[in-house]
Amino acid sequence: MSAAPAGHGREAGRGPGLMSGPVGRNLGLVVALVILCVVGLITAGDRFADVDNVLTILRGASIVGVVSIGMTFVIIGGGIDLSVGAIAALASVWATTLATQQLAEDVHWIVIVLTALVVGAVAGLVNGVVIAYGKLAAFIATLAMLTAARGLAEIIANRRTQIVREDGYLDFFSGDVLGVPTLVIIFALVSVAGWVLLNRTTFGRRTFAVGGNAEAARLAGIRVQLHTVKLYVLSGITCGIAAVMIIGRTTTGSSTHGTLWELEAIAAVVIGGTLLIGGRGTIVGTVLGVIIFFTLGNVFTLNDLSSSAQAVARGVIIVAAVLLQQRLATGSFTFRRPGDGAASSGGAVVQGSPAGAVSGGTSDPGGPGGARPGTPT
Amino acid sequence: MTPSLGQTPLLEMHGIVKTFPGVRALGGVDLDVRAGEVHCLLGQNGAGKSTLIKVLAGAHQPDAGRITWRGEEVTLGSPQAAMSLGIATIYQELDLVSGLTVADNIFLGREQSRFGITRPAVANTAASRLLTRLGHPEIRPTAEVGSLSAASQQMVSIARALSQDARLIVMDEPSAVLDNEEVERLFAVVRDLTAHDVAVVYISHRLEEIRQIGDRITVLKDGATVATGLPARETPTREVITLMTGRTIEYVFPERRAPVASDQAPLLEVEGLGLRGSFAGVSFAVRPGEIVGLAGLVGAGRSEILETVFGARRATTGTVRVGGKKLRNGDVGGAVAAGVGLAPEERKSQALLLGDSVYRNISISSLARFARGGFLARGAERAAATEQVRSLDVRPADVDREVRTLSGGNQQKVVLARWLLRECRVLLLDEPTRGVDVGARSEIYALVRDLADRGVAVVVVSSEIPEVLGLADRVLVIADGAVVAEERADALDEHRVLDLVMEGTAHQGAPVSTTMQHEGDVA
Repeated sequence: MSAAPAGHGREAGRGPGLMSGPVGRNLGLVVALVILCVVGLITAGDRFADVDNVLTILRGASIVGVVSIGMTFVIIGGGIDLSVGAIAALASVWATTLATQQLAEDVHWIVIVLTALVVGAVAGLVNGVVIAYGKLAAFIATLAMLTAARGLAEIIANRRTQIVREDGYLDFFSGDVLGVPTLVIIFALVSVAGWVLLNRTTFGRRTFAVGGNAEAARLAGIRVQLHTVKLYVLSGITCGIAAVMIIGRTTTGSSTHGTLWELEAIAAVVIGGTLLIGGRGTIVGTVLGVIIFFTLGNVFTLNDLSSSAQAVARGVIIVAAVLLQQRLATGSFTFRRPGDGAASSGGAVVQGSPAGAVSGGTSDPGGPGGARPGTPT
Repeated sequence: MTPSLGQTPLLEMHGIVKTFPGVRALGGVDLDVRAGEVHCLLGQNGAGKSTLIKVLAGAHQPDAGRITWRGEEVTLGSPQAAMSLGIATIYQELDLVSGLTVADNIFLGREQSRFGITRPAVANTAASRLLTRLGHPEIRPTAEVGSLSAASQQMVSIARALSQDARLIVMDEPSAVLDNEEVERLFAVVRDLTAHDVAVVYISHRLEEIRQIGDRITVLKDGATVATGLPARETPTREVITLMTGRTIEYVFPERRAPVASDQAPLLEVEGLGLRGSFAGVSFAVRPGEIVGLAGLVGAGRSEILETVFGARRATTGTVRVGGKKLRNGDVGGAVAAGVGLAPEERKSQALLLGDSVYRNISISSLARFARGGFLARGAERAAATEQVRSLDVRPADVDREVRTLSGGNQQKVVLARWLLRECRVLLLDEPTRGVDVGARSEIYALVRDLADRGVAVVVVSSEIPEVLGLADRVLVIADGAVVAEERADALDEHRVLDLVMEGTAHQGAPVSTTMQHEGDVA
């Protein structure tokens, strides 16, 4: 199973290590991706299979992908972060002011990177404190941060696009290693780090607990509020990383960077099978979700279909993914539902599904999740 | 309209069984209700009342059993099916739309309309007629429901039931949100309904109300009917309480050791602990190896005391010390670090990560022990959890199994295993056998005694007085948020405890306390 995606030679770099979760957990997504690729091959042939094209897809997916990793943690932990795009914009602007660039010139271009990371972390800290200790709904707190951070970015940049003149920085982030673009490598590294953090550390375990049942987590002695703060700081840091990447890619810092990233990231996480109510989710799913999202766009572009049609198709994918999740959620909570079949079927569902409430879903739906996006083309 | 046919009951439920994954909520319940009577349903939290009325409302489908309505066997496949027969349920959490008007709510789903155009005037007149019949003409049909008092909202719910021509109305703790005068008015309405041959199934914790309004009583315990058709006015209070709190089966309690030496320093010291609106001035100490029980009726403040000791609630007064060290008020993390563990009453919502595996549920409070630099040594973690599962005999002995699929007793063992792994010194147990199958209870008792023998200080809260008496070395009797007596368990018996409880609550005039707690038998 874990070899399946590698067959396409594209996520071979990060695939195998990440796929070692419960077998078949993300099979449905892999099937969807394969179908998408087949559609791409049929309709665009060589242009689709071209190495440069594959790298284009991955490069595009990388930046939002990094943000999606942070978003995955926040959502598994029972929250939501609408401010990721705005925080990335703020970080990109702060890291490219004349003052920062001057300092970078005097010291090293790493100053730009560190500035972006610190700005992201601090903005995430503000989100986390307001949510965990101010007891504001995450939706509202991060919505406020969305406007505020972008506003602050505009003030700092005076609504101008700031051009980066630090060649060392630009060379590094626009370069590649053995043909793989740096941005893609960063995404791969962040994904692997995210996977390890989620599945192999106390932090990850507590994230599942806090999102799965906050009260039980609290009564088990976990400091839920502190953990919530950490989750938003983590999300902020991924925004900082994304800011570093977008600066490298566009050679600019701008308050308009990151527009709608929050929606793309949430969509990727949801498509990847993470439950919006928290407590369940996978990094591999998110990575696949992002790649599916961007591969779809690529297939559309190669077929000269409008970005509007593409937007419609993306909408369909999101709805299909969420419908699927709901079915699974009700499936795993059959004991609340009427229907006498529930008792027996509930047993079966319970067996396979919850560990992968995600999984049972994604494998089953090779149908909806995978087939439907294909149909428009 | 149709009078009851001689002795044929309006509703008969026979041998109703309802099982949820891991728990048997109803294990053969019988209930018969006659037209025109007020039939009271009594039982402790978790006895199965909520599940039963959900079956009656068509919201749950029973796994087994027969329901007959006016002598004919029926299936209540959906809430609509129950409603169309004439069974209406008024839930504790009123299911009204607060943004709509009174008339809108009464006719919700059956709007008065012609050609799809609503006819508010017709609806208002009809609503007004219903409310007048209920003796509440002062509730305006055009008022927004959200602006009404709880009592008026309840009347709107009843009016809705009447508008559907209900023959049987189930009222789930209707008096919980009402003051005395409002309860009187509710009773007037209930009497008027029964005079019109409507039957009412009335659920309440307040025994004096049941004497006032009820005709017959059915008592549920552990998902089964323990008594049915008792005359509401003549049955002695003591008998009713004994039916609710007593034992249907004799259990084997583990033997007590010789009393713990009284010169030993206490491990847990609670001094002058109070929580506004719940309890006050609670002091006690527990020595290592000792089990202290808190006995009292629902709402006496027992659970609140445990939760406050644990820091899950912030005490308004008093202190808690563990091993001589004062705990920070309202800090669960600190309490756990000091070696305190709580097995809460609502196991599923307060203790377990239901969708997670057994080993993750066990290790969640001890993660630091298995971590190096934040990285979990999963082999060691699983091995430790497996050892606990083995020593506690959790069945099936599969640490990867989802905790959701275990029975209540095994879920409780998982919670205990969590604290054992944490090597906690003070264990607080809230209703340790709630939702635990009757057969598995003795195992839990033996386990708790074994823990005490290993030097853990244990505090047990239970609604079942024999359980407290059988398990504990020392018993604190709680009534109305205060400790009214402290005795050695072998110096007490059930009657004595009930006397103490009733003396303690005498000035309140409420033999069974009024505080509501959610039924914990389902979710």
